Amino acid sequence: MENNFGTEHKKTTLHSRHVKAGAKMIPFAGYKMPVSYPSGIIQEHQHTRKHAGLFDVSHMGNILIEGEYCAEHMESLLPTDMINFPLNHLRYSLLLNKQGGIIDDLIVIRTNPQKFILTVNAACLEKDLEHFTHHLGNQLNISKVSGKTLLALQGPESASVMHRLGQDTSDMGFMTYQKMNLADITCSVSRSGYTGEDGFEISVEDCFADQLASSLLADERVKWIGIGARDSLRMEAGLNLYGQEMNESLTPLDAGVFWTISKSRRPDGERPGGFLGFESIFDAVSKPQKKRLVGLVPEGRSLVRTGTILTDAVDTRIGYVTSGGYSASLAHPICLAIIDSEHAAIGNTIYANVRDSHRAATVCSLPFVKHRYYRVPDNL
Amino acid sequence: MKTRYTEEHEWVTKNDDIFTIGITDYAQDQLGDIVYVQLPQTDSEINKGDDLSVIESVKAAGEVKSPISGVVLEVNEELDGEPELVNESAEDSGWLCKIKCINDSEFNALMDAHQYQAFLRKLS
Repeated sequence: MENNFGTEHKKTTLHSRHVKAGAKMIPFAGYKMPVSYPSGIIQEHQHTRKHAGLFDVSHMGNILIEGEYCAEHMESLLPTDMINFPLNHLRYSLLLNKQGGIIDDLIVIRTNPQKFILTVNAACLEKDLEHFTHHLGNQLNISKVSGKTLLALQGPESASVMHRLGQDTSDMGFMTYQKMNLADITCSVSRSGYTGEDGFEISVEDCFADQLASSLLADERVKWIGIGARDSLRMEAGLNLYGQEMNESLTPLDAGVFWTISKSRRPDGERPGGFLGFESIFDAVSKPQKKRLVGLVPEGRSLVRTGTILTDAVDTRIGYVTSGGYSASLAHPICLAIIDSEHAAIGNTIYANVRDSHRAATVCSLPFVKHRYYRVPDNL
Repeated sequence: MKTRYTEEHEWVTKNDDIFTIGITDYAQDQLGDIVYVQLPQTDSEINKGDDLSVIESVKAAGEVKSPISGVVLEVNEELDGEPELVNESAEDSGWLCKIKCINDSEFNALMDAHQYQAFLRKLS
């Protein structure tokens, strides 16, 4: 298979399994990925919100960083508190450029005091590797991890599916990590995901991927879900997608992810700044905020797509739709948008330019659908 | 009554001087889950190639250009509440609108079922 640029698309280990399941395969971040299965995006979306959806996300990149003073060195690039980062926990973090723009968003797992595993966007893997190597290549060992399959199991019945495969995960909180056996296969499991639901991301050696997928799918509550529903689920959950809500000219403030900067690394923290781009970001924090990421609910039922220009009542451009689509849970169109702060008050009406008409849209709070992440009960 | 097809995956069924228009099963499958169908105004005059409808799926918006000229007699109001009818029955109860047209030369120039099937085979 070839894309428009004549280069070959990579396939995940489970590619033929998706094809057999009737998936429509599309080019995505250099891979052929299942966009949907025969039941369609809406049913897949609703299945995930009600039961348990299984996603092949093996296209995501993995980077291993280790060495002496690993946490200290990594603080020069990531705005996360790497030093007081508990073992076997995950943090959502950002890779920033000198201007405070976002190079990538990533998940960091600390598996050892001197070792971190990073999960990055497929399309950003090479530039991220280059960035880490350029800045930290002399101090730390930085390597690409390959040969693994990553499956995400997402939805309210995920924990019960894990239980049926022999693992009680009731003591495993959201954003924690454990090695465990699932159906006699050694897996690296984190309680995380990108749908807003409870769920797990399971990393396994490629040679066991098919066996693990079979074990998971043997449970009738588990169904394959494509990247089409993955996108509508994350949009409802108000979660950013790199290349849409985030890019190298948007700062964490613009993209609504200032919270990823740990308290200790903020201007009033105990180790303020010290990461690439902090001067620009701290400068921006001290001034009135210019842009803001908001949720929008357009009037009517026709969808307002990604890239749509947004205007105020007198037709002045105030921003654009970063992700637009259909909320299968709410049964109406929704958008994420970056707009000028003065128009960003909840309840404000702005206008979307769709096919030469002005569609009114109401600014609303995020997420559109409440997160249901798992917290370990106090009595455990 | 006979049916003809366009390269844009529309079907047109002729019944005297009334032509029913819809999208083909192939088109609905390409679009995926349909969530909204914008239909033309009844009594509006349409020329061949004019915008007739916009069919929005979760993935994309498909613009339907009119394959013939005439006056819109009726639109499928069922689609207002049930746009998914186009997925379920694209070539029957998922029809879009009926156009009255006195001259059937535009209709006759379209592909017949056999030609359309051959056209689809070339696409895959």
